[in-house]
Parts: sequence; structure tokens; C-alpha cells
Amino acid sequence: MIGTLSENKKAALLSVLILLVGCFIWEMSIPAQKAVEELTEYERLTGGGQPKAGVPPPSQVLGKAWEQLSDPFYDAGPNDKGIGIQIGYSIYRVLTGYLLAAVIAIPLGFLIGMSSVAYKALNPFIQVLRPISPLAWMPLALFVIQDSEMSAIFVIFICSIWPMLINTAFGVAGVREDWVNVARTHELGALKTAFTVILPAAAPTIVTGMRISIGIAWLVIVAAEMLVGGTGIGYYVWNEWNNLDLTSVIFSILMIGVVGMLLDSMFGLLQRTVAYTE
Amino acid sequence: MANAFLSIEQLTQRYPDGNGGEFTVFENASFGIEKGEFVCILGHSGCGKSTIMNILAGLAEPTSGVVKMDGQHVSGPSLDRGVVFQNYSLLPWLTALKNVTFGVQARFPDWDKAKVIEHSTTFLAKVGLTGDAIHRKPSQLSGGMRQRVSIARAFANEPKLLLLDEPFGALDALTRGTIQDELIKVWSDTDQTVFMITHDIDEAILLADRILLMTNGPNAQVAESVEITIPRPRNRTDIVEHPNYYAIRNHLVHFLGQRSAELSGQSGGSGMHQPKTVRIDVTDEADDPEPAPVLRAVEG
Repeated sequence: MIGTLSENKKAALLSVLILLVGCFIWEMSIPAQKAVEELTEYERLTGGGQPKAGVPPPSQVLGKAWEQLSDPFYDAGPNDKGIGIQIGYSIYRVLTGYLLAAVIAIPLGFLIGMSSVAYKALNPFIQVLRPISPLAWMPLALFVIQDSEMSAIFVIFICSIWPMLINTAFGVAGVREDWVNVARTHELGALKTAFTVILPAAAPTIVTGMRISIGIAWLVIVAAEMLVGGTGIGYYVWNEWNNLDLTSVIFSILMIGVVGMLLDSMFGLLQRTVAYTE
Repeated sequence: MANAFLSIEQLTQRYPDGNGGEFTVFENASFGIEKGEFVCILGHSGCGKSTIMNILAGLAEPTSGVVKMDGQHVSGPSLDRGVVFQNYSLLPWLTALKNVTFGVQARFPDWDKAKVIEHSTTFLAKVGLTGDAIHRKPSQLSGGMRQRVSIARAFANEPKLLLLDEPFGALDALTRGTIQDELIKVWSDTDQTVFMITHDIDEAILLADRILLMTNGPNAQVAESVEITIPRPRNRTDIVEHPNYYAIRNHLVHFLGQRSAELSGQSGGSGMHQPKTVRIDVTDEADDPEPAPVLRAVEG
């Protein structure tokens, strides 16, 4: 019967199987909690009998997920907000910093791609600034901006600007001269050439840069929120660690993965719409 | 010739040769093209045909010399001079139709959308592209169909001068034949002035009113202007029967095979160096009897 299934269905079946086997091994490998009577005095004092002290089994994580996702937007004070609210804050920060970066990186990348003088002049700065870990900017950002919220957005801005800038410049510089000549022989002005010929020609490379950037931004926001605190999925992870609630930690790790995947697939979709074959 | 529709005067192109000196591709090239004329230029690789084409298109600047069209100096690209590039140069993210409307919109900015589309589809139909094919992207079209789109784009713009840079260079012989026929058809409908680069002698005889012959580079010259004394309409199967066909063909083969190398490097001096007009017509005994015996030897 399996032989008649399509390749995609076989792969999906295998994925489910791997998930079930993985969860089963995980569940089995968690030692059962001892009953309170069996604990020594020392174990009782250090919390050895607490169910939260061990790595939780998947059944508990699933229960937590159900509990959290059935009411994602509750707000019970600064240290107790629903997962939906936390993720919402993170996405808001990521998108704000990311869009600011795009607004600057794409026009600037265009300029660098069009002019080899601009490219040569700006290249040393890009090469020095690009490898800096975005979190290294955090102290400076906190000092200059004096606002933790804005500092987190700045960190996202600074980490997502480079792939977009470099890819835009690369894509624009690589537009085939024939296509530019087509624009020239049709007497298109500079702006019209930029929008009707160079932009669509470079779009696949530009969107690839945007896709890399959103991936990096989502990686960085978790770390940034652990530092600045207050709200966001990164803060949530750290807060649950402080509460020693490992079930919530594992659940939020999974949520970070799911949201990251959704963001990436959105750009995958955009990439397909601007793609062309020569 | 000073009053010709298109006049090329003492065009010279030099590049630095990398050792501090200069490398002359061609010098003092001067010729004229009349309105409605179809002129081909033949020569070996490296004689600067494509450079002349780019200068006429306004995509390159000559080292010295001028190009005048309708008495006006040509500088920079213009919609008055349409170009069909060897590699088609279609925009791959647009459909065949949109590639043509792209040009038409630029040429006739006042037209409304329906008129632009109608005009474009008419010209696509003239080169045999109708129905579904015009809504496909270039990557979904064969090489021949892509070049048809490119030709339709150029003709739809109704430029004063049409420049064709080896338009059939990348096509197989059968496709090339079909598109040559279509090109003749569109050209005779529109009365367009055409300047075309080719490597193919038979193609040049079939299409052209006049063939310009270039000597080998460096220091290439436009040495001769050969009139094609075969009446139109021509078609590829009948044209070979015409008594002048092989006389002209032999002259061209002889030039490209031998004389282009012999004449190469002879500086034409600084004056207006006009190509020598060659008229070969064995049906008319009064003119140029020299190639006639060659013809009989071949035909016999």
C-alpha cells in the first residue's frame, strides 16, 4: 500500500513517525519521580521531589502548549502575560527594526550597486561593521538612546541591514548590460530604468538578502530581549528559566522555531513571485 | 552622400592597447544609407562591425568622426534608432507581449493601454506569434520565437533606423530561413531603413539592397559597397537561379577569403575615404564584365 503513495505523502508519513518515535524515546528516558516518602531529608530540602526539577516529558510540554495556546492573550501583570502577547511584542520589534533597515539598505544598496565609486568608498566601512555581533552594540545603544525598547529595535536594525545592503548592491551591479541597453535604447529616464528594469532584474537577489535578514533578526531578538527584559519571547524564556519552569521554557523554544519558520516561509513565497528564469 | 538619410563620416575607433600605445579598430569609415534602404555589413570578427553598430545605436562613442541622421548629429541612444541585439535582450520577467508593449509605451507615451496592446499584437502577428505564445515568458519560448519577439519589439516602435546586430547568429539554419522570410515581409510592409550585421553571405544577398565589405582589423576600412542587382521580391529558392547571384556571391567570397586580408592595414589617409561602389550585373553587358567568366565557370 505504501508503494502507491506519492513522494510527498511518504515523506509526511515518515515525518510523523520520526516525531512519534522521538517523543516516545524522550518520554521513556525521563526517570519517574520518586514518592515523597522515599526522599532523603537532603533531597526534600533541595527540592528533589518537585516535579519541575527534572526535564519534563513531552506529555507535560504538550499539556502546557494546550494551556497556553487556548488563552494566548491573557495579561495578569508584568511577569505573567500570555504567549501570544510575548510573541506579538517580539514580532513588533523585529518588524520595526527590520523595516527601518530595509528603508535604508535597499536605496543605499541601489546606489552602491550603480556606482563603482560609491561601492569602493563604502566597502571598507561595510566590511568592518558587518562582522560585529549585533549584541555588542547594545551597551552603546542603551547609553545613547536611553531607552531599552528602542535599543532592542536598534539592535535588530543593525543586524538586518547588512545582508539586505550587500545583496541589493550585488544584485544591482550584476544586472545584465543588455537589459540596461534595452532601457537606454528606449530612452527611459534614470528613475524609470531603476523601477522597470533594474529592480525586477535584481529582485531575486534583493529578496534573498531580505530573507537572510529576517532570519538573523529573529535569531537576535531572543538574545536582545533576554538582555533588555520586560516583554517579548526572549524575556519570556529567561523569566521561565528563573521560575525553573522548564516545561514553559521548552514550549517557548518550540514557539520561537514555529514563528521563525513562518517568517521565513513568507519570504520564500515572495521569492517565488519575483523569480524569473533567463 | 552628404545628403544621405544616414551619413557616417570619418568614423574612427581606437582603444589603449595596454602597453601605453593605441590600437586602432577601424579608421575613417565613411558611408551613407538612403531612406528605406536595407544595408548589410560583412567582415571578419574583430573588424569593428559591432562597434560601428553600437555607435549608430548611441550606446558607444567613437574616438573621432560623426554620425548624422536626417542632418542631425547622433549622440546617445534614441527611440529613433531601434536595435535588435544578437542575444535577443528580452526582459525575462515579462511575457512576450509585455516585452513589446514595454517598447511601444516608451515610444508612444500618449497612447492608451488598449491601443498599445492592439499595436503590439499586430506586430507580433506579423512575425508569426499569435494566441497563447504571446503570453509566455521568454524562458518558455524557443530561440527562434524569442528573436521574433525581439524583431516585433523593434518594428513596433517604428524607428527611423533599425539596427540588427547578427540577429540570426544563434539560430539553426531552418529557423533562420523562416525568420529571414518574416523579416523581409515586415520590412517591405513598413519601408523601414535597416542596417544589419551578419556573418552569412547568402543571408546578406537575400536581404540587402547593398552590402558593405570591411577589411580585416586592426585598422579596418569599409572598402567596398556592393549593390545587389537582383530584383525584389526575392525568395530563397528562386534567388539562386538568378544569373547575378553567383557572380555577386563569388565576389563576396573572394573578398572575405582573400582581399580582406590583403587590403587590411592599408591606411586610408585622413581624407574622406569612400568605399568603392561595385556593381555586378551580368544581365546588363555594359557594366563590369570582369566577374562574368567566373560565373560561367561555376554554372558550367
